[in-house]
Amino acid sequence: MNTGISTRLMAAVVLTAAGWSELATAATPAQLLAQYNAQAAAPSSAERGGILFTSRHASNWSCASCHGVQPTGLGQHAATGRPIQALAPAFNPERFTDAAKVEKWFRRNCKDVLGRECSASEKADVLSWLISLKP
Amino acid sequence: MPTKLKWTARRMAPLLLALLCLPWPIYAEDDEGERFASVPLLPLYKQECSACHVAYPPGLLPAQSWRRLMSGLPRHFGTDASLDATSVKQISDWLGKHAAPSAYGAWATPTEDRITRSAWFGRQHNEIPARTWKLPAVKSAANCAACHTRADQGDFNERYVRIPR
Repeated sequence: MNTGISTRLMAAVVLTAAGWSELATAATPAQLLAQYNAQAAAPSSAERGGILFTSRHASNWSCASCHGVQPTGLGQHAATGRPIQALAPAFNPERFTDAAKVEKWFRRNCKDVLGRECSASEKADVLSWLISLKP
Repeated sequence: MPTKLKWTARRMAPLLLALLCLPWPIYAEDDEGERFASVPLLPLYKQECSACHVAYPPGLLPAQSWRRLMSGLPRHFGTDASLDATSVKQISDWLGKHAAPSAYGAWATPTEDRITRSAWFGRQHNEIPARTWKLPAVKSAANCAACHTRADQGDFNERYVRIPR
């Protein structure tokens, strides 16, 4: 019985620690852009990022299908209708502040829109365009 | 006439008794939603799943459906909802524990594991006209919050339903 409880307690501690380590990926949009730029071969282009964001690719969707052509206000999930908060960091300070979350969503959404994962240079392009959008 | 009635009653009694013994769902039609929605949501489940849709109460699907959904997240109703293995495990375990009671058997597993294809979902929404489902504010039957104003809190009580026009 005691062993059971202590095992469970240990599991809880480990899980909590795992949760914290995932939280410990805090970053700023500028830091993330610098990281993607460092991985990419060429410097990023906000203009290219804007085009990538708003045009349709392999699927019927573009990034703008859910985030809006100007991702500075509320978007709407194309399938479920759920509201999506603004994506441009100047309009939503929570955006691009967690590296793991950013990677998770780039992975999922690039697969939905492009049918593949995005390259570091594509991520840098999109992020630099999003950062360039100002109130 | 009275003799015939008596005879009918005698013939029907075993049949009525047999009907009563059938495994009718325990939940009455009025409070299906209430019954299903009463579990406090696991914060990780809410965080991950409600990014795209309402954090559906776990009792809305049987464990078998949740298992299939959680093992196919990279192809989740047409979108990639892939998640790290640790989170998948934690959420799956919790969903399994709070899923619809297995006593209701296979009939409770809806087509494509869609909540909206469950028999009870049809019963509960049979008064909603087709045009309402097509409203831009509704968009999809999966968009509970379009009418259930407290869906985010797991409250599907009819009192808080506001159907857009």
